Amino acid sequence: MEAQLESLSTHTASSSHTIIIEPARGWSALNLRELWEYRDLLYFMVWRDLKTRYRQTALGPLWILIQPLFSMVLYTIIFGVIAKLPSGGVPYQVFTYCALLPWDVFNDAVNSGSTPLLSNRDLISKVYFPRLVLPLTRIISSLVDFSISFIILIGMLVFYRLSPNWGIVLVPFFLLLAIIFGLGTGLWFAGIIVKYRDFGQISSYLVRFLMYASPVVYSSEIVPKQFYFIYHLNPMANVLEGFRWALLGSPPPDWRMLGISTLLALVLLVSALYNFKRVERSIVDIV
Amino acid sequence: MPRPMIEVENLGKRYRISVREKEPLTLWESISAPFKAPFSYLRKTLRAPTEAETLWAIRNVSFQVQEGEVLGVLGRNGAGKSTLLKTLARITDPTEGRAIMRGRVGSLLEVGTGFHAELTGRENIYLSGAILGMKKAEIDRKLDEIIAFAEIERFLDMPIKRYSSGMAVRLGFAVAAHLEPEILIVDEVLAVGDASFQRKCLGKMSQVANQGRTVLFVSHNVANMLRLCPRGILLERGQLVGEGAMEAIVKQYMSQVIETRQQIQFNDLSSAPGSDQVRLMGACVVDADGEPAVTVNIEEPIEIHYRYCTLKPNVRFRCAVNFSLHGTMAFTTMEPLEYVHAEPGVYEAHVVIPGNLLAEGDYSLDVSIFTSRGRKVRHLYLTEALGIHVYDPLSGNSARGDYTENYGGLLRPRLNWHKAFLGRDYSVPVALPQPLIEPTTANVSL
Repeated sequence: MEAQLESLSTHTASSSHTIIIEPARGWSALNLRELWEYRDLLYFMVWRDLKTRYRQTALGPLWILIQPLFSMVLYTIIFGVIAKLPSGGVPYQVFTYCALLPWDVFNDAVNSGSTPLLSNRDLISKVYFPRLVLPLTRIISSLVDFSISFIILIGMLVFYRLSPNWGIVLVPFFLLLAIIFGLGTGLWFAGIIVKYRDFGQISSYLVRFLMYASPVVYSSEIVPKQFYFIYHLNPMANVLEGFRWALLGSPPPDWRMLGISTLLALVLLVSALYNFKRVERSIVDIV
Repeated sequence: MPRPMIEVENLGKRYRISVREKEPLTLWESISAPFKAPFSYLRKTLRAPTEAETLWAIRNVSFQVQEGEVLGVLGRNGAGKSTLLKTLARITDPTEGRAIMRGRVGSLLEVGTGFHAELTGRENIYLSGAILGMKKAEIDRKLDEIIAFAEIERFLDMPIKRYSSGMAVRLGFAVAAHLEPEILIVDEVLAVGDASFQRKCLGKMSQVANQGRTVLFVSHNVANMLRLCPRGILLERGQLVGEGAMEAIVKQYMSQVIETRQQIQFNDLSSAPGSDQVRLMGACVVDADGEPAVTVNIEEPIEIHYRYCTLKPNVRFRCAVNFSLHGTMAFTTMEPLEYVHAEPGVYEAHVVIPGNLLAEGDYSLDVSIFTSRGRKVRHLYLTEALGIHVYDPLSGNSARGDYTENYGGLLRPRLNWHKAFLGRDYSVPVALPQPLIEPTTANVSL
């Protein structure tokens, strides 16, 4: 009791925390420092996510592997065996699995703008915290999934006697680009969904379109030359080529296009962050 | 004068509400409506909302809270209390105006925010603490205190889905109670848990207030408001309609709430309740200062006043009042004699209800005037004509003494208890104990 009293009584008001609550007008500062102050929350949210996701499921964490493996089998049968799409001399299943891992991270990053806000509706209507914590939680969980699936990929490389080159050190960068592009897209979607709910439907079509506009199930060599520039403006095209180059020994990505699309993705993310900041406190009125 | 901790200036929050579409009139309209729907939807969302589509949950609300002050926010359901708190807690954006909060803000709008049923008690302490804005190190430091406060030591490593609802609530409050913000925003959360835990929470709340922290507190429980908040504001349909000492605010609030009426008045004698012999002009409940009493301190006496006029000479009747609590009659009091009103005219009758007789709660008062001797006449009987709210300020001078838990009964007279040590003779006494009652003589004159 004494300790309790003591701990409560040592408190003096500081003016360092003045908060001004006003209607959102125009663009305000991102205030990433506040996000940093909430890093413990981010840690616990990720921990909650990982700890509770597979409770009361028969297969538990195996689900992490089932998702990409299932897609791999499906695409191998349809695009590798039936449609016989070229895979540049690499076994088709490895070829597509290698692309599916970053694609899943990208896909999660896109969804991270809206899904976690909906599933944590109770939370965001009861307590303030930087709403960006929720998308980031989702992305970090997704990276945990990625690392587990990546171990399987390494196993496949060994099995098929494929040796990665020095480019493997760039894998984290390629992954980061997928996240920047995905989060940028996801946060823009979130900003629009706040106003127009049915945009949620459209966004899932856009992502599916983007998947076929990226070399997930085929090699980008089959893309006609006149679309080369447009095609490679899509950061994911370069990310997937980078992955295959580094891990499967496919031809290297176009460094110039990689640079341009990275720049585009960064512009997208920064503008999305500002827009998200502007609408984040209206989210609760909508969800 | 130091700057106020909370400064609210003309705060307003507008919601867009959907207005019912007009029904299709013709077959063509009903066929084409679904095809036009996307366009009319777009048109509607893109243009600014019309007056009919908007609802100002709060508007033009301005007030200030000084450092160390505990401000109560009162208002009926839908008055805008929750919107005000959500705006100040930064959960939602205001539409106009602004608020300045000069300190770390912690909000407690729900008990057990962020609890996950699959996680254990210990894990949930960390999760909920982090969600409420605590750092991990801070939670580490307070973990033992939180566990002790929640009284869940034995169940700490069990998933909270196996907890009883009472345990989960205790745990939720315990986490929140150990937040250390400079400004604390609290909604209705004390309404949960059993009586003894509520008491503990109240104690914690007043402790928080005594440490010079600024608290904004919302509750429907008028008694808690009076205990915790010296000052209050009253909201009505989104507007600030009162600001001042909590007692005055509670009176104003109670007069809004229909069930509590401290006064009835009939200006038109021809339609006033009564018979051809007597008409009621008014009745009221007042406190010792002669002020209308709505919220009654349990320790203090109140008076019930009747004003009526007789229409004929030499009419004989008596006044009575029934006190009911939760729909059960607690007691009746009536004039012991049927007074003969010799001259027609205006009369007044009143009765004092002593302090420390009523229990805590909302009493409704039935007012009646009747004649029982000779020809029986019920001149008037007004069910639930008046209402009062009795609260215990827990000063220790009521029947409770220092007992703070659930206290039943329709009445709560404060009675004298005596006790004596009789030694170590454990044998059954032969004689009855000597009573302390002083003999009284009946003194009723007719």
